[in-house]
Amino acid sequence: MSGGNATAGLRQNRQRGIEPMTMTKGEPPAGQASAAPPGEDGEAPHRRSHVPGDGTAAAAAIEKARRDMLHDVRGKKRTRIGADALMEALLLQGADTLFSYPGGVILPIYDILGDYPGIRHILVRHEQGGAHAADGYARASGKVGVCMGTSGPGATNLVTGIATAQLDSVPMVAITGNVPGALVGKDAFQEIDITGITLPMTKHNYLVRNADDIPRVIAEAFYIASHGRPGPVHVDITKDALQAETAAEHPSLDAVTAGLPGFRPNLEGHPKQLKTAAKEIAAAKRPLILAGHGVLIAEAWNELRALAEKTQIPVAWTLLGIGLMDEDHPLAYGYMGMHGWKHVNRAIQSADLLIAIGMRFDDRVTGSVRTYAPYARIIHADIDPAEIGKNVAVEVPIVGDAKNVLEGLTHFVKAVDPAERAEYFAQLAEWRTESEGSSWHGSGGWQSGQLTADYIVERIGELTNHEATYVADVGQNQMWLARYTKFKRPHSHISSGGLGTMGFAVPAAMGAALGNPHNETWAVCGDGGFQMTSQELMTLVADRIPVKIAVLDNHKLGMIRQWQELFYAGNYHSSHLPGPDFVKLADAYGVPGFKVSTTDGVDDAIRAAQAVDGPALIWFETVEEQNVFPIMPAGKGLSDLIDGAPEE
Amino acid sequence: MSADDATATQAPPPRSIPGTGTAGRHILVVLVMDRPGVLNRVASLMRARNFNIDSLAVSRTDKENISRMTLTLHGDDVAVEQAAKQLYRLIDVLKVQDVTEDQVVEHELALIKVRATDANRGEVIKIVEMYKGAIVDISAESVIVEAHGTEAEIDALVALLRGYGIKELVRTGATVMLRGAGSIEEALKL
Repeated sequence: MSGGNATAGLRQNRQRGIEPMTMTKGEPPAGQASAAPPGEDGEAPHRRSHVPGDGTAAAAAIEKARRDMLHDVRGKKRTRIGADALMEALLLQGADTLFSYPGGVILPIYDILGDYPGIRHILVRHEQGGAHAADGYARASGKVGVCMGTSGPGATNLVTGIATAQLDSVPMVAITGNVPGALVGKDAFQEIDITGITLPMTKHNYLVRNADDIPRVIAEAFYIASHGRPGPVHVDITKDALQAETAAEHPSLDAVTAGLPGFRPNLEGHPKQLKTAAKEIAAAKRPLILAGHGVLIAEAWNELRALAEKTQIPVAWTLLGIGLMDEDHPLAYGYMGMHGWKHVNRAIQSADLLIAIGMRFDDRVTGSVRTYAPYARIIHADIDPAEIGKNVAVEVPIVGDAKNVLEGLTHFVKAVDPAERAEYFAQLAEWRTESEGSSWHGSGGWQSGQLTADYIVERIGELTNHEATYVADVGQNQMWLARYTKFKRPHSHISSGGLGTMGFAVPAAMGAALGNPHNETWAVCGDGGFQMTSQELMTLVADRIPVKIAVLDNHKLGMIRQWQELFYAGNYHSSHLPGPDFVKLADAYGVPGFKVSTTDGVDDAIRAAQAVDGPALIWFETVEEQNVFPIMPAGKGLSDLIDGAPEE
Repeated sequence: MSADDATATQAPPPRSIPGTGTAGRHILVVLVMDRPGVLNRVASLMRARNFNIDSLAVSRTDKENISRMTLTLHGDDVAVEQAAKQLYRLIDVLKVQDVTEDQVVEHELALIKVRATDANRGEVIKIVEMYKGAIVDISAESVIVEAHGTEAEIDALVALLRGYGIKELVRTGATVMLRGAGSIEEALKL
């Protein structure tokens, strides 16, 4: 330990008569440090105190906090403590599931948790899994997801999950314990400045040091997480606040909003802007609606369809917008962006008007902004004013909730006869036939008996009647799922779009299955992502959560390998990924596993997994070097798609 | 391979990217809830979003629980507008106003320790007087100059004094207030 050297250094300094900077007030001069041992010359021994600032109230508080940390027992008398206030507040907010992992400073919560049967506690196997589960729960149910971890490593393990929720605007309340207030800032055991860490990656965060503040803070946290543009709110509570007796009452909704004067999201689209937008729509010859996650969050899919049908404008969607329109709807045109359908990107590049609702012109959607939609004027509606004009310059900005904006637009626009768009529709249909036909399911490899990933996700969609909740991991599997599974129901597709978090699928599916128990839940992941969070298999078993897991195993980090092939001259460093026998692994956890290596086994395995009462896993050993096409190379534009392997 | 375009007859002009105008100095007045960490939130956001703060002055207002920040930064209109919008995303931020184009009183305080001996102290004092500053401390080898004015005025004074040798310099950063009866605070709807 380096501490030893530091101490030696200090001693040397003292010998040279240099006062160390860290000397505290009550300490005797350096010379006395080598005083004779107690009792040697008959004088009463002078007992030294090593407590900094001994005798002060602050020192006493620190001593007490240390003692409490070491000798942690429940008081004999059961009174209402901060932890009770927390549980009551969660129940009041309608939380019914808590994804959590215990630890020292949140033991006061675990001590009383049994008294609150209204909250189902899911003991995850890693806090990251808990955060992703809360995320999946929120996306599948539309409610706020709740996860919890202890101080220090428990809290830092939550961070990846919180960041994932932040970039995808998912309502989440993440709770952590912290060391007793008197020890905050002392680098105590398992102490880290977690609010400092989550500050730039949450919608808001709190450090609660007083039990009386818990009801207010939890009410505010839920309000902030779920109103306006949703997002994660982190609440860090010191252990002594959890243990202290409190009589604090839960605030009314009015009191909560009154206490947040800086949080007044603008939900109504401005009528003047809506009218301007309606004029733009009336003048456009090749308009296209770009719909994003905001439409799903606002539950505005009916309003979206109404606008599209009244104006006869086709709808394209972002990755996180998948599911906002039945893909079989005649005006549903498809998924846009880097790995989107070529016909959709062509339509964007030739459009004269883009009506963007609840999306943010992410770089995966636009590619090079300079060459993006060169003929289009842009109407951009978003609930977050900061998104408008951030990535692309727009002609008509509208700030408001997607539902209100779509209703308003539908009110102001004139109905259009489909015949007026005959020429435009014919062009779109031609592009679509060409794009879908030329790359039928990306590879067509299935026709020659190869087990390709696109075929698998297509069969999963088909055999679940497109009614399940499909949770993607990140990478090629995510893109195949998005392109070929076919989605018909809102919230049926869950994907880490913004942060691109590998390891997301299994834990998020765990949460999604609990958030929406009415639909089957499938986690579709690659062998890389699965191995990042596979410990949650045990949670699935222990809590009987019926997630069906499809591991698309190409023994590769597929997307990395694809980039290395296309852009790094085939230098395949570290993209080959040996994995375990996934069926044996599943078996070790008690999860029924199935292995498929040929196309003719796919349907049977899917049906077998569906028949299992509880979680099941299918190990698909796919071809190793399948690419996702088309792909837009980094830094290029939507017109620069590569839609097949480069010629030899 | 490029997607051919149905209607293209000639290459379209490149789409404009937000924030490509000319950069200049902007002054933002930010009213915030006086809560722990609010300064950290503002500073962290500006850092994370790649906005460079030139100066930042923070103090309480006469309203309970409300603090006021005066923040100067360099950027073009669109970038600064984006900074303001991002600031609004902070729950503790109540109001952000770009007063760059407004009629304002702008003041900054500076303390400047300048080398000055019997030989040249008179010159230093004369310069300071011309800038309506004051000498607030004198020793055999130095004086402390207290100066106030706009950022540009203090810049000019500092440039002149640099010739004598500046031993130490501290500036508060700009503070501003709108001229006339209008009030940014009173416009708050709490």
